[in-house]
Amino acid sequence: MNRLSAENVTLAYEQRVIARELSVEIPDNSFTVIVGPNACGKSTLLRALSRMLRPSEGRVLLDGQVIQSLPAKKVARTLGLLPQSSVAPDGITVADLVARGRYPHQGLLRQWSPEDERVVQESMERTGVAGLADRYVDELSGGQRQRVWIAMALAQETPLLLLDEPTTYLDIQHQLDVLDLCAELHEEHGRTLVAVLHDLNHAARYATHLIALRGGEVVAQGAPRDVVTAELVERVFGIRCQVIEDPEAGTPLVVPAARKARAAAV
Amino acid sequence: MFVDTPSKQRVETPPAEPARRRSAVKAAGLLAALALLVVVATASIAVGAKPLGVGQVWHGLFADTGTYGDVVVGERLSRTVLGLLAGAALGLAGAVLQALTRNPLADPGLLGINAGASAAVVTAITFFGVTSIGGYVWFAFAGAMLVGALVWFLGGSRGATPVRLALAGMAIAAALQGYLQAMMILDEAALGRMRFWTVGSLSSASWQSIGQVLPFLAAGTVLALALARPLNAMEMGDDTARALGAHLNRTRALSMLAATLLCGAATAACGPIVFVGLMVPHVVRSFTGPDLRWILPYATVLSPVLLLGADVIGRVVVRPSELQVGVVTAVIGGPLFIFLVRRRRTAQL
Repeated sequence: MNRLSAENVTLAYEQRVIARELSVEIPDNSFTVIVGPNACGKSTLLRALSRMLRPSEGRVLLDGQVIQSLPAKKVARTLGLLPQSSVAPDGITVADLVARGRYPHQGLLRQWSPEDERVVQESMERTGVAGLADRYVDELSGGQRQRVWIAMALAQETPLLLLDEPTTYLDIQHQLDVLDLCAELHEEHGRTLVAVLHDLNHAARYATHLIALRGGEVVAQGAPRDVVTAELVERVFGIRCQVIEDPEAGTPLVVPAARKARAAAV
Repeated sequence: MFVDTPSKQRVETPPAEPARRRSAVKAAGLLAALALLVVVATASIAVGAKPLGVGQVWHGLFADTGTYGDVVVGERLSRTVLGLLAGAALGLAGAVLQALTRNPLADPGLLGINAGASAAVVTAITFFGVTSIGGYVWFAFAGAMLVGALVWFLGGSRGATPVRLALAGMAIAAALQGYLQAMMILDEAALGRMRFWTVGSLSSASWQSIGQVLPFLAAGTVLALALARPLNAMEMGDDTARALGAHLNRTRALSMLAATLLCGAATAACGPIVFVGLMVPHVVRSFTGPDLRWILPYATVLSPVLLLGADVIGRVVVRPSELQVGVVTAVIGGPLFIFLVRRRRTAQL
């Protein structure tokens, strides 16, 4: 059985239902990417998986237990989340921000330890921000800042890491930086990663497991090689396209049809 | 793998060392602040209508033989102790409220806690005929607690957000201010009594009123200091805080409770003193950085320095009469605050 799954969850904000009776399994040690058009419920699903949103029906299971029933700090030592928006406190340094990732490992009786120090340093090195340790977070570029937040999530030392649109607002170079980093984190420690991504080609290249959502329903899931087809893309995103082999990575590459061809199809 | 402008990096400094050094500097700074507090407290005992030398202060404190000087020291001592306690409480409460509401302008006034205490005292004077300071204390404290609870529930209790709490507090404060003004205009006797109480003063300090508020101050202080780490987590946004395993509702409720205990008790004992709770945490943050584990103790030590300092100045400038401490903190604190904030790296004024 996989460590993280959602069973027949109905997800709603107040009265607005986003998804009904949705079930997904996050394969252990996978780099799972959730894709789908805007408003398909992919971020909502991620919020439910990370217990930010309580399902109105059904349940999210972590290690066989309903996630809401587990102590908050225990969950936080198992499952990390990089939300879409975080606030860096005014005037905080990179090292101090990353150190806050140690929160779930500390308590009134267990304060800062050399172990914390080591993990923070390692997390900064892994994400390439060790050289920025004493810089103020609000002085950094968008790409650097995103790596600092990932370093904070790493300092949490969780076997599962969830990322909500980690590449949004970044230029192509920094998007690839972040995705390369995710791939490394996944490969090196067998960490389970779950990310919501907008770019289908990025998803096809980096994911080991793909979940395609539309209108709150899972349309397809599996390895990108098996899942990403022209029919699927049309069904999920409503666009005509060709799927060819990515000449660099060998993964599926989605090439949308030209404007005139798409117009003709409508 | 990551491409960066090398000139921007300072790879040559091992990062762990500066962090440790900064902690050492901050600890030393806290000791210096404590030393400053001792100096100001001594001045608060020495300075007044009858100035005393340090020798006489020592004599009065530790070798009381009932001389005139010793009596004066005894009287000023309760005033100084109240200033210490109230100052620490207001600064600590302000720091907690600023973190809770993620609003650098938050202070006990913003959440209506002062207004609640004032409204309760004017009610006590007008409708219950209470005239003793000892009687005010309980009314003021009850008013502060009541408003604290009301703000919490109107702010959404379990669904409370910083903005909703601040809006609920402001609305209640405005309504209570109206009530206060109406009462003071309609009832001249109440006006006379309230006029002094609403400015905030240490001159009516007594061991009795200190004893009344002390348990609440102690409970509030312990609670507030224990909240430093969860409040740190909350400052990074709700999602990040929850992802780190912090309990949002519990932390918010306990923060409101701690702030209400502290402000309610301080206000009950010496009337609403504005500005200390706003200014000191703000200034402290400019040199400690955003870590509440440092901000809270610093605010606790430096707020009474400001309050007692202002009280001493208030006794000197119009000798042999005196200016109330609430007036002096505002008059001196305002310009000082602007000066300090403008010097800051992240100056936003």
